[in-house]
Amino acid sequence: MTEPRRAMTAVRVGAVAERAPDAVAHGPILEVRALDAYFGADRAVRDVSLDIGEGQVTAIIGPSGCGKSTLLRSLNRMHETVATARVEGEVLLEGKDIYARGVNPIEVRRRVGMVFQRPTPFPTMSIRDNVIAGFRAAGRNAPPRAEQHDIAEWALRRSALWDEVKDRLGDSATAMSGGQQQRLCIARALATRPRVLLLDEPTASLDPLSTQMIEELVYELRGDVSVVIVTHNMQQAARVSDRTAFMLLGELVEVAPTSRLFTAPADERTEAYITGRFG
Amino acid sequence: MTSNSLYGASIGDRIYRIATTAFALSIPLLLVLLGVEIAVAAWPALHTFGFSFLTSSRWDAVDGVFGAAPAIYGTIVSSVLALVIATPLAIGVAIFLSEFAPPWLRQPVAFLVDLLAAIPSVVYGLWGIFVLVPLLREQVMPFLSDRLHLGGTPFFSGPAYGPSMLAAGLILAIMVLPYISSVTREVLMAVPRSQREAALALGATRWEMIRGAVLPYASSGILGGIILGLGRALGETMAVTMVIGNRHEISASLFAPGYTMASLIANEFSEATNDIHLSALMAVGAVLLALTLVVNMLARWLVWRVQRQGR
Amino acid sequence: MATAIRRRSLRLRRARSAAMIALTVIAALLATLPLIFILALLIRQGASSLSVAFFTAMPKPVGETGGGMANAVAGTVMLIGIASAIGLPVGIGAGLYLAEHRGARLASVVRFLSDVLNGLPSIVIGIFAWQFLVRPVKHFSALAGGIALGVMMVPLVTRATEEMIRLVPDALREAALALGYPRWRTSLTVVLRTALPGIVTAALVAVARIAGETAPLLFTAFGNQFWSTSVTQPISALPLQIFSYAISPYDEWHALAWAGALVLLALVLIISLVARFVTRSRFGAGHD
Repeated sequence: MTEPRRAMTAVRVGAVAERAPDAVAHGPILEVRALDAYFGADRAVRDVSLDIGEGQVTAIIGPSGCGKSTLLRSLNRMHETVATARVEGEVLLEGKDIYARGVNPIEVRRRVGMVFQRPTPFPTMSIRDNVIAGFRAAGRNAPPRAEQHDIAEWALRRSALWDEVKDRLGDSATAMSGGQQQRLCIARALATRPRVLLLDEPTASLDPLSTQMIEELVYELRGDVSVVIVTHNMQQAARVSDRTAFMLLGELVEVAPTSRLFTAPADERTEAYITGRFG
Repeated sequence: MTSNSLYGASIGDRIYRIATTAFALSIPLLLVLLGVEIAVAAWPALHTFGFSFLTSSRWDAVDGVFGAAPAIYGTIVSSVLALVIATPLAIGVAIFLSEFAPPWLRQPVAFLVDLLAAIPSVVYGLWGIFVLVPLLREQVMPFLSDRLHLGGTPFFSGPAYGPSMLAAGLILAIMVLPYISSVTREVLMAVPRSQREAALALGATRWEMIRGAVLPYASSGILGGIILGLGRALGETMAVTMVIGNRHEISASLFAPGYTMASLIANEFSEATNDIHLSALMAVGAVLLALTLVVNMLARWLVWRVQRQGR
Repeated sequence: MATAIRRRSLRLRRARSAAMIALTVIAALLATLPLIFILALLIRQGASSLSVAFFTAMPKPVGETGGGMANAVAGTVMLIGIASAIGLPVGIGAGLYLAEHRGARLASVVRFLSDVLNGLPSIVIGIFAWQFLVRPVKHFSALAGGIALGVMMVPLVTRATEEMIRLVPDALREAALALGYPRWRTSLTVVLRTALPGIVTAALVAVARIAGETAPLLFTAFGNQFWSTSVTQPISALPLQIFSYAISPYDEWHALAWAGALVLLALVLIISLVARFVTRSRFGAGHD
């Protein structure tokens, strides 16, 4: 690439980054109201009400089976993709209930991105195509091709993956380590500029080094996007989040600014969990 | 994202669902259509001749009288003969491959045996006409009837023209062997090591282990494979029609020419002069269809039983 | 079993075991011998009558030399094309349905009936196609032959598609849905695309199988001495031509039949090999 071209690209990438919303919190971006989530007759999430702050990282912790993943999946209407699963209650995204009649779940999922526990790059696509895969779904609403590539570069930079793959964007996405694949999945989710990013135990299957990398980038994402991260690792929650919610047996026990939850929890169940008495 | 609306329908999903459902439904519809069309075409003959269609040996296109007994007889006899010849060989090969063959030999031999299934029927028929039949006529049949003095028995009596039930049975045996062998091989390999080791630990020789521990365990599956081979043999057309002699005749002798249902249809269809002849041939097709369905159901039931047994 | 073992002497039992092993070796020999014999003969007889003219010349009347099977080769290619145009979309569509509605009643019925269809004798399919497609219009056609072959392809492609789609991990489907892909796009551009190498292999295997079929063509495509590429006219095909030459009384035609058989077998084998090659080379490194 020639010098002027490189400079232009840098300006474009910078412009994309600057379009990010203001990091100052003004009102919750997601409001969960009396949410119940069922698998058939089994009520996995019980009457949960929770606010997710804009531009913040909110962690949800709790022992296995407490419903935190189910709650997370209810925030982008992924829970209902399982047969016999259903949701009752409201989830307001920027004031509008995503479960209201007539709302298209696909549109919800384009505004609320998700990264799963195990990395899932699309094996038949290259790295670059993986990152911009979300635009394929947008069809006519997608930005023009050239802009897509700039967005891809921005997303890969935000995911701390750009330097490692910039020379081989056309390679298969499966020819990467687990940590790299997961960062690719984060880039893929970021590329469509979702309002909220949901992370479901994103580092559970990764080595410590990759885990650290991803924790750092989650911390840096605040301001650009609101993050909700489910984790079974309390230390991780303490490291990356602004607010933490503790769930037990489907119920939301307590939610508080992270430092306060871990040092002076209000509920004794929370205290029992974080001191390791169970879970 | 420029679109602000959370609302909207998904036409794509509806079209997709309708399309895949339609494609899936086309299969049962096809079968129903097939059954109906053949039944409709066969009805005149079946109605005219009734049950005698299955029992009468008289097939007379000129007089318009049709009885398919020789063809039915020939189908069953040639298929059974094929199984009698192929089954021991197929099981033997399968045992060889799964128990005794050295690793370097296993792949090539398995490949060769499976290759038998890839050869088109008409190629077998070609070989049958120019190699097998003359061989039978000039060497094997005289050997059986004169040298082994079997000519007096009903099974090997009569003139040896070459094209015969024996030829059909032999060629079917070769064609059916890879199917029985491949199923048997799979089933044998699925027998758990613990079974084999238990027998060997008791002091059994390798053969005793196979016969006492492995084969009984695999017997249902092997039977399923045999019936699968039977299903194949029943419907085989080209190779059979090229070597069986194509004669409406029920004879105990394997040297005699005969007919199978499939070869009868293949042979006479293009020359069927009148409607009743055509309908009779369709009726033969209907009988063949029914027989094949019954045999295949039996095979599937057996496979199902094996799967249940394995739990 | 234990008492029976102790009853006989060890030497006798060992000898018996060895004898049985020898028998299985003989069985293996007997099973592979005809194949080697047929192949050798096919190569010898076929190669001697095979020449470039085989592929370029048209059938000549008896007595004239230099005939070929150009029209039969072209016919086979065309019939495969028509058959695939039916067999592939129906098979893949049905396979997608079966994979995505696993437990449903209708799916079980369709799966079962697909297996039934697979087991039908090809001559029965042939007379059905005749009754349905030839008799009403009173003439044979390449289309009827192609449809008959296509019907035979459907169960093979359906079963393979279903299996390959089931192998694609659910996580991939979820990842696409979470990105905002509609279900249909997920199924087609993510799941089906991932399963494609396996499906292509199965499709090629199905093609290899129907390329050698004669019986369904006897009363549909019927055969044609002349060059034809019309779908509404009877058309020649390699197996059909081999058959009619083989049962003819003429030596030149017999020689051509051998050549045709060699070409047909080579075609079937090459397609099968390509099928296996496709799966091997398409898979990239590292599959999660």
